[in-house]
Amino acid sequence: MANPYLVPSIVAVTLITVAIGFYGLKLARTTSDFLVASRTVSPNWNAAAIGGEYLSAASFLGIAGLILKYGVDVLWYPVGFAAGYLALLLFVAAPLRRSGAFTLPDFCEVRLGSRWLRKLATLFVIFIGWLYLVPQLQGAGLTLTTVAGGPYELGALLVGAVVTTNVALGGMRAVTFVQAFQYWLKLTALAVPVIFLALQWQSDGRPAVTPPDGPTFRSAITVVVEEPATLTLPDGGTRTVRPGDELTFAAGDPVPEVSGVVTDGPDWLLPSAAGSDDRDLFATYSLILATFLGTMGLPHVLVRFYTNPDGAAARRTTLVVLALVGMFYLLPTLYGVLGRIYTPQLLLSGQTDAVVVMLPGAALGDGLTGQLLAALVAAGAFAAFLSTSSGLLTSVAGVISTDVLGRGSVRDFRLATLLAGVVPLVLALNVSGLDVSQVVGLAFAVAASSFCPLLVLGIWWRGLTDLGAAAGILAGGGASILAVLVTVVGPELTGWPATLIAQPAAWTVPLAFTVMVAVSMATRRRTPPDVGATMLRLHAPEALRL
Amino acid sequence: MAAPIDPSPDPAAPTVTPRSRIVLAEVSRHGHGPARTRTELTEQTRVGEALVRGLVRAQLALALRLSLVVAIGLGGLPLMFALAPAAGEVKLFGVNLPWLLLGVCAFPFLVGVGWAYVHLAERNEQEFTNLVQRPER
Repeated sequence: MANPYLVPSIVAVTLITVAIGFYGLKLARTTSDFLVASRTVSPNWNAAAIGGEYLSAASFLGIAGLILKYGVDVLWYPVGFAAGYLALLLFVAAPLRRSGAFTLPDFCEVRLGSRWLRKLATLFVIFIGWLYLVPQLQGAGLTLTTVAGGPYELGALLVGAVVTTNVALGGMRAVTFVQAFQYWLKLTALAVPVIFLALQWQSDGRPAVTPPDGPTFRSAITVVVEEPATLTLPDGGTRTVRPGDELTFAAGDPVPEVSGVVTDGPDWLLPSAAGSDDRDLFATYSLILATFLGTMGLPHVLVRFYTNPDGAAARRTTLVVLALVGMFYLLPTLYGVLGRIYTPQLLLSGQTDAVVVMLPGAALGDGLTGQLLAALVAAGAFAAFLSTSSGLLTSVAGVISTDVLGRGSVRDFRLATLLAGVVPLVLALNVSGLDVSQVVGLAFAVAASSFCPLLVLGIWWRGLTDLGAAAGILAGGGASILAVLVTVVGPELTGWPATLIAQPAAWTVPLAFTVMVAVSMATRRRTPPDVGATMLRLHAPEALRL
Repeated sequence: MAAPIDPSPDPAAPTVTPRSRIVLAEVSRHGHGPARTRTELTEQTRVGEALVRGLVRAQLALALRLSLVVAIGLGGLPLMFALAPAAGEVKLFGVNLPWLLLGVCAFPFLVGVGWAYVHLAERNEQEFTNLVQRPER
């Protein structure tokens, strides 16, 4: 059932991305053009670009997959991803733009006048950027394997190479156009198929999402298992399956229960209740905190704000972004829910992240409509990898070229892009088995425990000192990085330690704030002498023209 | 720092009365022109600094109030569903309440709070601008 439209659509998205990149290249001439698009991007373009950059593989594929697997409890991911922009709007957007800083390290220097704090911030920007880039490239590889049967390495290499070349040649001016285009492409790629899927669901007699007897297969199917699991068969027996095992089911057969997956209808449909597991509630709140406060600390999100003409425009842009992102997040939920009816085999094979790309074909059949819509969705998925990786690469390359290589010329920027792109690509090719959504969640946690306190306290509290900021970043950021390392390479944990390490934000964020405030108060004499002038600059309305 | 003539040495003990209120009274009492108040802002006199402190405090209070609205409106949901599981089984239009609240209603709610913030923050700034640019009387 190879779909002849899949590969052309992926190639088309890639080509259009490169073409718009070259169009931008013609416009970009100076270093300033390269880095901040000369700050002349209009708010609506800018908002679409921010949205396009933000909606990554985790948003486009991951959320629907998680909903298919876990149900209502993971709806907090999209809510938190959107709410992050509200936190950004309330506490950071306008003052940050008025600070005139271009990157987070710049902000450290503007606010606290410290060169070495700047270096520390640079390290964290690079770490968070790479941590977020690896799962993007991996997602690309996995998608190409799932939908087109190509090798995993090819997808990762393709996205890595296209993005690195594009950013190195066009810089941010080009990226702004590319990103804005990608936002609308991603929205269309989910919105159009969902209309057809809803119509199909109607004409199928509106099958129940959680039938009383559990989910069943709608047609005969052979499932190839990708993740080891224990199945509970309808007759009550259990069976252990390993990757590569093939299972055959007839139409109407019930879907066996899979270990680690919420197969039971009510559990999937209803939020976890108190008493059943307090760790669930803790993990939920930790996730909310990480996504709510982490968005403002992501390097590729912040760098966009310097392209607004002034603080008031930054605020209005953020509001538009919030609306655009919120509109997008209405859609993945529908895919996760419909996937419950049309693609229950993904629960068995373990490839729940593929639900968005598989659903059009599974629900609408192999006809022309189904194939075209599947191609559209695949194109949207590639847009998601391309845009988020471009944004991340631009910001990581930006700090490398200005803070590590030194002068920040166009040549430095291109060299830095190459450096910044190769490292995560090598990691993505060698590290497998990382769960896309989980790593993205950890990147949010690191950002929330390092840059969020720095920004919030730096903008609103005069008492912040360089030592306090450094201590807070090292304590909170360090603890969350430790959690990342334990999750990725450490031993399997169970019980509370596992929860505390898998969702660290609920303890690392308060830790970072506390340490930052306490050390700042202990080193009060180091408060910058020009803090009054800085506060005026951060908060004075543009209308005053000071 | 080129010290401009201090508007008036505080008649009241500066520790007792809230600083910003004294400043507002002084600004209007002495009828400073816009240029003068601006100089006070940029030159970091006590009046200028107090003005900025007032603005920062107003904006921060606004941001905190609205985050409290979100913290209660959204942050209360997991607790509500955990403590009163029956709430999760309520159905509206054939959809369970948690799905409707989290999957649909959360987003317009966030945009609404954001819109209110932009509106109110710009009003705070307008008031500050008017205060600084108050015409000579």
